[in-house]
Amino acid sequence: MNELALAIPWLGKRNPAAARWVLVLLAVGAPLIAMLFGKSWVRILDFAMLYVMLAIGLNLVVGFAGLLDLGYIAFYAVGAYTFAFLASPHFELHLPFWLVLPLGAVFAALAGIILGLPTLRLRGDYLAIVTLGFGEIVRIFMNNLNHPINITNGPQGINMIDPLVLFGWDISKPLKVGDEITINSLFLYYYVFLACVVLSVVFVQRLQVSRVGRAWAAIRDDELAAKAIGINTRNMKLLAFSLGATFGGVAGGLFAAFQGFVSPESFSLMESIAVLTMIVFGGMGNLAGVIVGALALTALPEVLRHVAVPVQQAVFGHVLLDPEVLRMLLLSLAMIFMMLLRPAGLIPAYSRYSRPELVVGKEAGR
Amino acid sequence: METLLQQIVNGLVVGSVYALIALGYTMVYGILGLINFAHGDVLMVGALVALEAIRLLQIHAPELGLVPTLLAGLSISVVVCMLLGYTIERTAYRRLRNAPRLAPLITAIGVSFLLQTIAMIIWGRNYHSFPELISTAPLEAVPGVFITPVQIAILMVSAVLMVALVLLVNKTRLGRAMRATAENHKVASLMGVDTNKIIAATFVIGSALAAVAGVMFSANYGTAHYAMGFLPGLKAFTAAVLGGIGNLGGAMLGGLVLGLVESIGAGYIADMSFGFLNSSYQDIFAFIILGIVLIFRPTGLLGERVADRA
Amino acid sequence: MKYSLVALAVLGLGASAVQAQEVVKLGAVAPLTGTQSHLGKDIENGVRLALEEYNAKGVTLGGKKVKFEVMAEDDAADPKTATTVAQRFVDAGVKGVIGHLNSGASIPASRIYNEGGIPQVSPASTNPKLTQQGFKATFRTIANDVQQGLGIGKYAATSLGKKVAVIDDRTAYGQGLADEVDKAVKASGGTVVTREFTSDKATDFLAILTRIKAKNPDVIVYSGMDAQGGPMLKQIKQLGINAKFITGDGGCTGEIIKLAGEAIGPNAYCTQPGLPLDKMPGGKDFNTRFKKRFNADVQIYAPYAYDAASAIVEAMKAANSSDPAKYAAHLGKVNFPGVIGTVAFDARGDIKDGAVTVYQFKAGKWEPVQ
Repeated sequence: MNELALAIPWLGKRNPAAARWVLVLLAVGAPLIAMLFGKSWVRILDFAMLYVMLAIGLNLVVGFAGLLDLGYIAFYAVGAYTFAFLASPHFELHLPFWLVLPLGAVFAALAGIILGLPTLRLRGDYLAIVTLGFGEIVRIFMNNLNHPINITNGPQGINMIDPLVLFGWDISKPLKVGDEITINSLFLYYYVFLACVVLSVVFVQRLQVSRVGRAWAAIRDDELAAKAIGINTRNMKLLAFSLGATFGGVAGGLFAAFQGFVSPESFSLMESIAVLTMIVFGGMGNLAGVIVGALALTALPEVLRHVAVPVQQAVFGHVLLDPEVLRMLLLSLAMIFMMLLRPAGLIPAYSRYSRPELVVGKEAGR
Repeated sequence: METLLQQIVNGLVVGSVYALIALGYTMVYGILGLINFAHGDVLMVGALVALEAIRLLQIHAPELGLVPTLLAGLSISVVVCMLLGYTIERTAYRRLRNAPRLAPLITAIGVSFLLQTIAMIIWGRNYHSFPELISTAPLEAVPGVFITPVQIAILMVSAVLMVALVLLVNKTRLGRAMRATAENHKVASLMGVDTNKIIAATFVIGSALAAVAGVMFSANYGTAHYAMGFLPGLKAFTAAVLGGIGNLGGAMLGGLVLGLVESIGAGYIADMSFGFLNSSYQDIFAFIILGIVLIFRPTGLLGERVADRA
Repeated sequence: MKYSLVALAVLGLGASAVQAQEVVKLGAVAPLTGTQSHLGKDIENGVRLALEEYNAKGVTLGGKKVKFEVMAEDDAADPKTATTVAQRFVDAGVKGVIGHLNSGASIPASRIYNEGGIPQVSPASTNPKLTQQGFKATFRTIANDVQQGLGIGKYAATSLGKKVAVIDDRTAYGQGLADEVDKAVKASGGTVVTREFTSDKATDFLAILTRIKAKNPDVIVYSGMDAQGGPMLKQIKQLGINAKFITGDGGCTGEIIKLAGEAIGPNAYCTQPGLPLDKMPGGKDFNTRFKKRFNADVQIYAPYAYDAASAIVEAMKAANSSDPAKYAAHLGKVNFPGVIGTVAFDARGDIKDGAVTVYQFKAGKWEPVQ
């Protein structure tokens, strides 16, 4: 959290303590602010929290351990489908979330190991293309495993997934406090997701400076040297894949419960690339950067959608570019110029254990 | 029997298009170590520019025959794509040669999106029909096995271009400079090679190949679309890695192998798996073959031809 | 709205003959941007025309004269946006929603309408699942894929040939429709010789078509969109396959004719849920009114949207209230002559006796058969 607080412009460096409080207030009050613009913005905020979790998980693999994974969304899919299988009318199972969510995480971790084992020997870009293939294979299987036995219900997806029920309390229903106040379920989801994000942040921060985190940094910066000083690179890489996948699995389960509907379309290659873009955009290897990247890239398209049409109508009298096109245009330009001007991301990694510029060393020489 | 033969013909045609695209990926990767994600979209631009040029030619110069119109359209699109390739390298990639490894990858994805979006603004979201300038009427080569003149043209053009490229790389001064740059930028520049120029030339040649591939692709299937480059680009990239990225022979082999595997796989998987699997898995053969090959040969079928890098 | 009430109240005092008017807002939602924007506008205009005509005629609910207003929104044919828009309707307190176009948008949005207690009538979403979720107030005025699949399968097996090959594009639409075709072919005494699959991004179908050729079918059913259907027709010709070809509404467009070029001929058929405009009972008259009001041609969905809006108003009239909780129960019971024919729903909320029309390619365009 500290890094994120320090990243607040102006205040962060002058008064870190105050910045921390501002951050907490922002995190807690965000849905209230969003509410001023309408409930649909609270929903967007909920999605943003899920992307933050995904970005944190992927950052573990790519940013910390230096393993380029282009099929990360597969783990999100595994988590989401596990939730859908075990808590929906599809198999007539309605297991409670505290069982389903961890199971999703476990399955995702297993998937991470299944992906990791055969690919241990592969380097850089070979790894990228194999993970990309893995992501596609998972998606295509989910799209087609309705024949000869119906497992995933194919392209139709699985509907009517159970909402989160915390100790007998269904958070998809508005909460009534007394007679006057009712709290919308979108808010409740936000706080549940926020809690997950905070837990992840604390966990990952501890992890980064632990033995494991340092071992990853060593592998990322020079695998040969890491081996030479006695790091078991095989186990460490597998650990990175499976831990990263765990985050994807949890986020996937939450997504399934929140949306109530999963279908293979939601787990396309574009989603993997979107999450990767978030972390690179924000600052790879840096937790604060990754979070900011995820928030910015989830909100930007939505802001554009709402602003683009009225602005164009006011300026040109009619709509020149529809918001979808404009969004793609700005996103692609942002990706290009961001990398040209700040290749290390919005908030570059600066701590002792996260220095992506070291990764550069080798390749840059050529 | 004729079914199998037909599947082999289908596979060879698709495979040679993959191979042609894969060459562009592999050349850039061999020299820069960069996955040029935008390569498939250069192909798309090639197809759409050719389409536009042919449309205009048909209106303003209808007396031109079919083949000259196609050749004119093709030349225009090749020139446009060469310029495009040069521009992309100059503006988006050159500054990033010493940046963190992932930065150019993200830029490449950005360029890919940008090209698609611009194409969408210019040509709209609809599929366009590509005029039939070479006949697609089937010829019965062997009883029961059909091949069209377009497909024959594709096979021939690909073969000629591949041979030409191999000669260029192995027999000319430019080719030697390219190989030297691929081995080691610094040493090459110390030897008097203008590496910036060589890298630019690589992009220009790769883009020209993509333009040709795009026109052939559209002429064969009769359609062009702003997002048409993505899937062939992905497959071709897989083919390049399969063969051993950075290796010209590998790209060709990888492309053909992939085309054949897809076609025969889709045709026979249902029978081979006793009805459990079916043609809906067509798109994963590429990745499964890739996975298997890389597990046993981590540098692809023919191996990587560039200096080892960690 | 409050201000207008006050203003009207003041007027009412001035001239006591004028009754107080209540404004009833209905939502109309469809993609208003992107590739399907013309179809989305068609839906919006259909709703607009219906409500304007009701306003002109004058509707009284619970003793008060009401004025209907349209709140039009864009879902960009995207499921996530659709849920956001749905949320906005609930927030704005609309009394009913006519939309969405795409099943992928309708299904996730219907959940939000259901929770918000707002009845939804889709004029265009054909996925059977929409009305199978157990929501009490989800309806549609167009035939669903089960009805269309039945139409295609029956026509293929009885009129085109007994041996049928089925291809689908593995999208929710394509697969759903193909499964129904499969059932209907078998029920009509035909055999499905093979089922093959492709994707909605594919351009090369030679491998699966070669396989189909080996099975020698009389007819190939393609369940997918026109962008794939066009090249597929070309490749069918390329491989020298002589089977007939039939596709659903996704391929029943002018686009497929352009894309297939010379490869399309009288061997090609397609189906469309509903009747062609000039075959609808109220079609001709509707077309004139629509053209006069919007100076635009009816695309496809305007009559369905018009009848969807009418169904909501008729239910309100029957309940004598615009309160969703009160009129929703009457929506399932409406029975009135609409533009598309008699508007009445079955227990699930699907239109009763949804018609499906078969077209054949003749002289450069799709012509209705029979």
